[in-house]
Amino acid sequence: MKSLKAFTVAAVLAVAASPAYAGPTFDAVKAKGFVQCGVNLGLYGFSAPDDKGNWSGLDVDACRAVAAAMFGDSTKVKYSPLSAQQRLPALQSGEIDLLARNTTWTLSRDTANGLNFTVVNYYDGQGFMVPTKLGVKSAKELNGATVCVLPGTTTEQNLADWFRANKLTYKPVVIEKNEELAAAFIAGRCDVYTSDASQLAAIRANEMPNPADYVILPELISKEPLGVAVRHGDDQWMDVVRWSIYAMIAAEEKGVTMGNVDQMAASSPDPEVKRLLGVTAGNGKALGLDEAWAKAIIKQVGNYGESFERNVGQGSKLKIARGQNALYSHGGLMYSPPFK
Amino acid sequence: MIKPEDDIHAATAAADVEEPSSAVVPAPALWKPLGWAKSNLFDSVPNTILTLLALFLLWETVPPLIGWGLLHATWSVADGTAGACRDSAGACWALMGEKNRLMLFGVYPYDQHWRPLLATCIVIAMLATSAPRRFWRRELGYAWLAAIVVVAWLMWGGVLGLSYVETGLWGGLPLTLGLALLGIVLAFPLSIVLALGRRSNLPAIKAICTGYIELVRGVPLVSVLFMASVMFPLFLPEGVSIDKLLRALVGITLFTAAYLAEAVRGGLQAIPRGQEEAADALGLPYWRKMRLIVLPQALRLVIPPIVNQFISCFKDTSLVTIVGLYDLLAASKAALADPEWRPYFVEGYIIAAVIYWVFCFSMSRYSQWLERQLATGHRR
Repeated sequence: MKSLKAFTVAAVLAVAASPAYAGPTFDAVKAKGFVQCGVNLGLYGFSAPDDKGNWSGLDVDACRAVAAAMFGDSTKVKYSPLSAQQRLPALQSGEIDLLARNTTWTLSRDTANGLNFTVVNYYDGQGFMVPTKLGVKSAKELNGATVCVLPGTTTEQNLADWFRANKLTYKPVVIEKNEELAAAFIAGRCDVYTSDASQLAAIRANEMPNPADYVILPELISKEPLGVAVRHGDDQWMDVVRWSIYAMIAAEEKGVTMGNVDQMAASSPDPEVKRLLGVTAGNGKALGLDEAWAKAIIKQVGNYGESFERNVGQGSKLKIARGQNALYSHGGLMYSPPFK
Repeated sequence: MIKPEDDIHAATAAADVEEPSSAVVPAPALWKPLGWAKSNLFDSVPNTILTLLALFLLWETVPPLIGWGLLHATWSVADGTAGACRDSAGACWALMGEKNRLMLFGVYPYDQHWRPLLATCIVIAMLATSAPRRFWRRELGYAWLAAIVVVAWLMWGGVLGLSYVETGLWGGLPLTLGLALLGIVLAFPLSIVLALGRRSNLPAIKAICTGYIELVRGVPLVSVLFMASVMFPLFLPEGVSIDKLLRALVGITLFTAAYLAEAVRGGLQAIPRGQEEAADALGLPYWRKMRLIVLPQALRLVIPPIVNQFISCFKDTSLVTIVGLYDLLAASKAALADPEWRPYFVEGYIIAAVIYWVFCFSMSRYSQWLERQLATGHRR
């Protein structure tokens, strides 16, 4: 048993110390003809098989965008559903080419784990939900409130820190299980329910007798940037993944949609749109892709806003507001570097 | 063995004998259960209190459970949404109607679901056919070979007009059944070899078998699966990857074999030395001695622990979800990821539990029947 432990430690150290240079992933993907994408086993809105076993979600759209850029066909993806423990080793060992599995971008993952995060495709964070009838518009007005929270999580810690930092008081109602916590909130045992914002939205849309009776406050008190990651060792592949997602954001900035992409390509006078859609050549060659790579993404997957609304926004069962995930020009954090 | 009913008859008869002169004799149909209740449930004050308490608990739990599960339950929804379930106070069995395909077959291509369905039916039919002893003939072996080829063809496809479906897309009940069956079938011979090896006189073989059994028994299955699916690929050269399903199957097989080996060894130890010595005296070589004399007796003795291991192997397959395979339980969880149906997770788990129970209970009943069948001349 001891020797096994020693062996495991040695193996983990070996992996951590030498992030395996896996050879050019770009060439390997090109040669095999599909993208092997690591996704969640089932997280609605991000990556989950639907009733017919087809994958959909915001993270799945990132995989599809990369496939569209590489092959001009967003269906050339094979999905590897991964558990939370499995996801990082699966990327390190080369089982998957990219990881789009609601993974929070942190310094240690970016360095010691041998990963490179490319772009944040969803900004999550801990939020507050309150009954609409309280008339609360901001979390700053929650002085003296009773708050329903799960015990022993970072959620509880973040809550305490935030209230202390803002010199507010609160009374926690601590309940061990998520379902019971929601029931307690609905029954009115607490004024406020706190959890990750995407979780709050799902509960509001599906477990509340009348969703309109509850509102999610705009403040988020913790940072959970969920990013798409690749393995160390192939910068060209990292560029392709990064700019595939930026292309979706840039398309939304420029108003290019699934519906109008052909028309925009034919007639838009905007030089940036022309470069984005490959009308003015150059970007494709620089990435090692076809010049119409971004056009294929937008035509088949849509721009970031379309993907967001379809998977987690108003077009989905989650009904999450854009919030931090709106474009920078609308007060959010989504921002694409220029396509030059 | 006295059946409980006989016991009651005996007790009642005894009561009749002791009080022959009691003037009023109630109607026998009413007398028997009343008398039984009086002598077993209300014969003393503590017993009476316990009985009333138990009745009270049953009264508190059973009617609400029936109300939730049957009377107020929603059995189907017309529009494919959970709206009708949300308005009712009972269970939402409509979940089964809406999500059964995902729960049963995982992410197998939707329009091809008839293939795993047919494959599962073939396997279950073959299992049922193999159960009675009178079918244990050479033809059954050929039938199984044919069935395996057909099932493999149905699941993989790729030839004779069926489209190819890679193992990464297999899921649900066929995956659970396949992993459990193959795991059991492959582990069983391996376990016999291991058990014989552990009792061998050759030191090298004995050391290897003992070391293997103790090593595998010393770690949980989760860690074996984890090593197989997470650590193992890190040591493989780039570009070489072994099928995820195969890795999980090998992990389950090796794990089950180590446990089974100990059960088999228990059987071997129970065989008197005289049996082996008699076989030696007849001049039988080692393998024939084992095959004809020792193993048939030993294995018959250890049917209960062997089946115990089979059942636990069947249930352990649900652990493959940590390596990203959609077994029955993981597929049920994926179906419950849909926020609209998530409030009805209890129903989803009950459905999965019932499916597991049906298979495990059948195995258990079959083993009891088999024990009786094979017990000729061995009653104690």
